[in-house]
Amino acid sequence: MSTEETREKRIFQLTRRKALKGLAAGLGALALPAKGASASIWESFFQKNFRELGKPELERILAKLEKEYSAQYGKSVKVKATPPLEGVLYGYGLDLSRCIGCRRCVYGCVTENNQSRDPQIHWIRVLRLEKERGVDLEHAEQYYNPSTVPEEGHFYLPVQCHQCENPPCTKVCPVQATWKENDGIVVVDYNWCIGCRYCMAACPYGARHFNWKKPGLPAGEMNPDTHYLGNRPRPVGVVEKCIFCMQRTRELDGRYPACVEVCPVGARKFGNLLDPESEIRYVIANKRVFILKEDLNTQPKFYYFYSV
Amino acid sequence: MKKVWAFLKGCFVLLRKGSKIYYAWVTFLLALMVIGTVAYISQMYSGLIVTAMRDQVSWGFYISNFTFVVGVAAAAILLVIPAYIYQWKPIKEIAILGELVAVSAMVMCLLFVTVDLGRPDRFWHLIPKIGILNFPQSLLAWDVVVLNTYLVLNLTIAVYILYNLYHKREPNKSFTTPLILFSIPAAVSIHTVTAFLYNGLAARPFWNASILAPRFLASAFCSGPAGMILMFQVIRKWTNFEIKNEAIFKVAELIAYAMFINLFLLGAEVFKEYYSDTAHLAPMQYLYQGLHGHTDLVSYIWTATLFNITAFLLFLIPQTRENFITLNIGCILIFIGVYIEKGMGLVVPGFVPDVLGDFYEYSPTSTELLVTMGIWATGLFVFTMLLRVAIPIMNGEFYVGEDGVHPYIGDQEFLFRRAVASAEEPDILTQ
Repeated sequence: MSTEETREKRIFQLTRRKALKGLAAGLGALALPAKGASASIWESFFQKNFRELGKPELERILAKLEKEYSAQYGKSVKVKATPPLEGVLYGYGLDLSRCIGCRRCVYGCVTENNQSRDPQIHWIRVLRLEKERGVDLEHAEQYYNPSTVPEEGHFYLPVQCHQCENPPCTKVCPVQATWKENDGIVVVDYNWCIGCRYCMAACPYGARHFNWKKPGLPAGEMNPDTHYLGNRPRPVGVVEKCIFCMQRTRELDGRYPACVEVCPVGARKFGNLLDPESEIRYVIANKRVFILKEDLNTQPKFYYFYSV
Repeated sequence: MKKVWAFLKGCFVLLRKGSKIYYAWVTFLLALMVIGTVAYISQMYSGLIVTAMRDQVSWGFYISNFTFVVGVAAAAILLVIPAYIYQWKPIKEIAILGELVAVSAMVMCLLFVTVDLGRPDRFWHLIPKIGILNFPQSLLAWDVVVLNTYLVLNLTIAVYILYNLYHKREPNKSFTTPLILFSIPAAVSIHTVTAFLYNGLAARPFWNASILAPRFLASAFCSGPAGMILMFQVIRKWTNFEIKNEAIFKVAELIAYAMFINLFLLGAEVFKEYYSDTAHLAPMQYLYQGLHGHTDLVSYIWTATLFNITAFLLFLIPQTRENFITLNIGCILIFIGVYIEKGMGLVVPGFVPDVLGDFYEYSPTSTELLVTMGIWATGLFVFTMLLRVAIPIMNGEFYVGEDGVHPYIGDQEFLFRRAVASAEEPDILTQ
């Protein structure tokens, strides 16, 4: 091979990373990391989609994030990337005959999952409905504020991500930044989301929330037990949602999601739909169960039921 | 290569030359663009919190404008079809203006989408191979593909034809004809895909109606040509480019048909929702009547409806269609009417009431207004620059010189007030 051929070959042996660097450099410094930016900023800028990361790459990223978060929040922060457990498909039950609308689940969730406190982001929204009308969302009230709950003539319908089996939100994402994992949890790659909010328009349950501003998360309130696809601190301009507390539920010595634990009346049930002995399977088999907006064929794994 | 370089240099000379009016106009646009850029930088700095969009209404003024402008771009085929398919001469002379409108509108569309992104720094995630374009699953991915195709297509056609005219030779038909033919389905596709983008969302009953894409097309064939009729008159009044009256009246006639279909489809939609009176009626009630005391959009949509009906009548009657005063009133009414109907009137009711019955009344903030104004100015700026080169070429005042390399540049003024606009002068293209 002549030297010229070799040189030509070398010129065209651009790796993806190199090509990107060239592209970014050409586009100028407007929105991109400015001069003096450290190598790590460039590295996270060029980071691939979570599902394309190799193991060593992912481990390096997790270690880097742990270091960054630990410094930022002044405590030892763990960032896990625990994959789904084999043979597990999560299902959630919500007992409407018990729920009293106290919203402890809303705030339990915020504390556990490091949502922004300013502005407030809530993954769970509790709707107050009129007993006379039944589940009539057009007459739902989210901003009820009585001195005590429950209120006469009303019942409460908490809504969070239904972890649909046929999710309309993941389908519409133009960059595959959101997908359904094997255990049924729909996740978002906060480092890949471009913030177009198409998924928010597609979700029939209002389960997706956007970081309109840099999330305000006080260091003292930060939960250091985090998952990469779940409750780690979020950047501005990306979408987030309920992930069934995967930082807890995917561990072998796992715990229930925070909302299940905190519910004072035991209205929330959680378990493995593939396990015939699980509580959630018992509920589905023996109680009056319904799912929200069944006609949309989203096939939620979030079951409302009446125990009495 | 040397020839191309000389042509480009000639273009830049042209862009820099012009009357005082030209300079004033360009300075005005640049000023608006600077204001828009400053507003956008502040938005990037603070996040989209500076807009009025929130989780309930997650798309707003930017996407409304985007939707409307896609329609304006698609309407260029209303000139292309009579010009190239039916070889109708008066319109053939101005068809290239339609293509330049399409190019400018596409630039605006891409800008409107970009300013709406939470992470514009990650736009490269959309580029296939380097990033991941979720094609064919996501309709937004489809939109990225068709919008960029349409932009490149129109730019190629226009530049190729103009470059040949500059060299005083006939454009090669075997190159242009397939591209022009392809631009017709491409124009339909940009609007259809944009309609499907909304249409495919079962969560939003207001959009989830099969009539949406036909309505999009019908309204696009009103607003785009209406804008073009106004623009044609400005061009023939302020530059020495000729546009025949009959071309304008033909476009006006096409608007009348399109507006009839638009109003008919709207009526069909309103009937279906109101007569069946299901839970899906709520967004339409919110739009036309107000719901539970929320009435922000009511006055806008009735203004739009009134404008559209009035304009339809004006365009239907030949006497008012061919009278420039009533014609122009009609065009302005249509442009505003469709801007409301296909913009905020389409996007916002998709989100109000939201999927859980919450009412968040959206109205754009000053940041959104300024950024939007900046993008409109950018679109007009791009269009002005394109015309600055295209019109001298078409008038035979910018062409390649004797040596075959260096250009002759004749048109020094570009924008000036013409004493009498006579529409019946010798054909300028075949000089």
